[in-house]
Amino acid sequence: MLETTLTWHSVAPAVAEIYLVVAICGILLIDVFAGEKRPGLTSTLTLLALAVGAALTAVYGQVSSHRLLFDGTYVADELGYVLKLVGFLVVAVVLLYSRTYLVNREILRGEYYVLALTALLGIFVLISANSLITVYIGVELLALSVYAMVAFDRDSSIAAESAMKYFVLGAIASGALLYGMSMIYGLTGTLNLEEIAVRLHEPAGLGVVFGLVFLVVGVAFKLGAVPFHMWLPDVYEGAPTSVTLFISTAPKIAYFALALRLLAHGMSGSTVEWSQMLAALAILTLVVGNVVAIVQTNLKRMLAYSTISNVGFILLGFVAGTASGYTAALYYTLVYVLVALGSFGVILLASRKGYEADMLDDYKGLYQRDPLLALVMMVLMFSTAGVPPFVGFWAKLRIFQALWETGHLWLVVISAVMSVVGAFYYLRVIKLMYFDPPAGAAAAAPVPQAGVRAVLVANAAAVLALGLLPSGLIDLCSRLIH
Amino acid sequence: MHAVLSILIWLPIAAGVLVLLLGDARIAAGRWVSLIASIATLLISLPLLSQFDTGTAAMQFTETMPWIPRFHAVYALGLDGISLPLVVLTAFMTIPVVIAGWTVIESRPAQYFAAFLIMEGLMIGVFSATDALLFYFFWEAMLIPMFLIIGIWGGPRRVYATIKFFLYTFLGSVFMLVALIYMYVKAGDYAIASFQKLPLTLVEQRWIFVAFLLAFAVKVPMWPVHTWLPDAHVEAPTGGSVILAAIMLKMGGYGFLRFSLPIAPDASQQLSALMIALSLIAIVYICFVALVQQDMKKLIAYSSIAHMGFVTLGAFVVYHIVRNTGGLQGAGMGMDGAMVQMVSHGLVSGALFLCVGVLYDRVHSRQIADYGGVVNTMPIFAAFMVWFALANTGVPGTSGFVGEFLVILASFKASFWYSLLAAVTLMLGAAYTLWLVKRVVFGPIGNSHVAHMTDVNGREFVVLGALAVAVLVLGVWPEPLLKIMQPTIHHLVDQAVATKIPL
Repeated sequence: MLETTLTWHSVAPAVAEIYLVVAICGILLIDVFAGEKRPGLTSTLTLLALAVGAALTAVYGQVSSHRLLFDGTYVADELGYVLKLVGFLVVAVVLLYSRTYLVNREILRGEYYVLALTALLGIFVLISANSLITVYIGVELLALSVYAMVAFDRDSSIAAESAMKYFVLGAIASGALLYGMSMIYGLTGTLNLEEIAVRLHEPAGLGVVFGLVFLVVGVAFKLGAVPFHMWLPDVYEGAPTSVTLFISTAPKIAYFALALRLLAHGMSGSTVEWSQMLAALAILTLVVGNVVAIVQTNLKRMLAYSTISNVGFILLGFVAGTASGYTAALYYTLVYVLVALGSFGVILLASRKGYEADMLDDYKGLYQRDPLLALVMMVLMFSTAGVPPFVGFWAKLRIFQALWETGHLWLVVISAVMSVVGAFYYLRVIKLMYFDPPAGAAAAAPVPQAGVRAVLVANAAAVLALGLLPSGLIDLCSRLIH
Repeated sequence: MHAVLSILIWLPIAAGVLVLLLGDARIAAGRWVSLIASIATLLISLPLLSQFDTGTAAMQFTETMPWIPRFHAVYALGLDGISLPLVVLTAFMTIPVVIAGWTVIESRPAQYFAAFLIMEGLMIGVFSATDALLFYFFWEAMLIPMFLIIGIWGGPRRVYATIKFFLYTFLGSVFMLVALIYMYVKAGDYAIASFQKLPLTLVEQRWIFVAFLLAFAVKVPMWPVHTWLPDAHVEAPTGGSVILAAIMLKMGGYGFLRFSLPIAPDASQQLSALMIALSLIAIVYICFVALVQQDMKKLIAYSSIAHMGFVTLGAFVVYHIVRNTGGLQGAGMGMDGAMVQMVSHGLVSGALFLCVGVLYDRVHSRQIADYGGVVNTMPIFAAFMVWFALANTGVPGTSGFVGEFLVILASFKASFWYSLLAAVTLMLGAAYTLWLVKRVVFGPIGNSHVAHMTDVNGREFVVLGALAVAVLVLGVWPEPLLKIMQPTIHHLVDQAVATKIPL
């Protein structure tokens, strides 16, 4: 149903975006005038703004049913509602984890926070996109903010290099996405995703398949699927760790939404075609991600390849092409974000001024230097490896189930084997932390950050709790997709 | 509704977490918490033996709670005749491990005790889960503490051994998970009972059987996927070896009886010749391998593989008995033997590893050549060691005899050659075990280390004494154990020979 008159009721579901725009402007102004004198102010204000935003969204953003806003370009549903709340939470945790890191490197500047908020706005736009234009605006808003974030430590040449790489490759991908959109628009005569879904039927014509290829390339690039993954390890390694933490978490939710809205919903008429494309990508992604991760010596880079392999699993959920598969992909994405938050959080907390703690060897004997951090990291590594009782196990199980339900025998077998390959390099991190003696130079005591540590422990506890009692999150994901 | 099984699972885990929280600084309290928790677990498990109704094959002491309603997975526990003895064995064997590690473990003792307690709970969970997803949950979770135990407190090559151990078992298990999910998609829930009832074509059964085989054969371990075991055993600390040999290997045998035979009976029948061949290779070939070992732990590890060969032989020989005799009369004997062998091997191999631990604590060597004439300085210990060695060779009067004898008897019904090969091992087993004893215990005092050894202390005496008594009791009076298993084994034979192929 379309609503024509502009009343509060008709825009209330978009409260998160509206509020965020206002908050960004406010914080930007305050930072311009007061940021130099009081460096911590922007960071505190941003966290406050996120809390207020989450509260406003929780109160006004809830919708009982699927609603279209702004002439059908924006969809408000329960999925968007929950994902936005998750987005607020994730970004808040990211900012909490990264503050000390930024202070230590004297790069605690307002831009970081403002860019994080504009990126979040992009994420929200993507989550609620219901037209090709909205999708593209969301993608670009998010991407441009993130490019700038990667380069934001301007004295670091490696960060500038990876930002450049990210920007150039990202621009090509955006071009591909836009080109695919134009093809689809030309063939269906509409930008509205729901309309496209109605107008496209099996079997897809050559033109549709042609356009689809570009859409899939765009989505695959954004997610970091092989062979469009080249930017990901370099960016993860080159960016300041706090930025790596950001790009490895919140945007994944948005890109999940991108794949869901654009491919699963918009192009539901040609599921057979795109799911075959994704199947090939998913296998490549799993194999390359897991195998290449084994030879890494840099933890950030290893986690980048681990991200790639996780993206492979998320894609497998889409390959199933059923509601159950999309549920599995959503569940996997949320679990991945939870674990990635913690993993990069550990790197942030282990690092100090002049010591990035990003090499694997830096984690030798971490247990003896900092038992708590080592324990948290162990929980997270076992979870990503998919070992119960941690939540990562259920994420993999959910994907296997979805694939079996659709009879994808070989995908199940390949992903099962690959999860064993993956277990090896997660175990290696645990081995370094627990079995090896500490390396001499890094033995100094870390800076105590009691509050942030508590958040990190809560993060790990959530990984365990959701693993022991997975029912709640699994049910929530199913409800959101159906 | 009972909660006794939940208590058995979660009491040790809670105690383990408590020990972890107490930390190394308050390890004296931590040790006592560990000991009290492990003894309490045994005391809670013992009444199950007398309360167990030996007249039915149904699950007893059942508990059901919703867990993941969307997958129809439930927190369902229960015991029958094949899981009850293994649960009690688990509860029993954890106590010696705690006592044996009392003062020996110097680095991170709190984590050591915590790991074993948590593992005890998880292992009891594996044996008592009646929901396949819950079973898998415990089955995999168990790898984490074992991985850490070998990796932190193990020997020089511990990292290699523990990663090999983890990856081998993880690879096997993942395929089992794939098979379980496949059956879930067909059956609509994860109850093991509904998997057992699920009609499956021969092709499906074959694949499922192979998937289970990968998981269970690695765990047993069967030849040729046994190579992780000697490495893991040699590098593991004493307690780790004991639990590995006494309990974790049993999970493979338990898996065959609980999953492979009832879920894929037609495939089991078809592939039983293969399984028997693998078992006999394990029994005969591995004995020769054991014969040439220079390291005591490695020798016992290989002997474990050979002994577990009897378990798989006993489980799969049933098809050949039925084919030869044409009836179910006596068909369960092989499985009876397999179960007794599992319990007995749990006690004997555990005890032998403890013996090696006693020697290692004094001399810090596991090489046979570093010993000799131990009887001169440690007469009490020597008596224990000889007793357990005799049990390992299957001398009548020890528990080792009962299991092996039943399996050989059953395989005689199946084929003369099976029993001949199996019986040959009794000889080979005697050869490598007694030769070990001869070189380590008897003869003149080998070197100055041996000359300065002191005999077992009170702690070690209690541990070894309790195990020696258990071995003797099971050896001369196995009737109660057989009686507990009887209805379940009977039912299992019925399931194993009934076809599940849909018409």
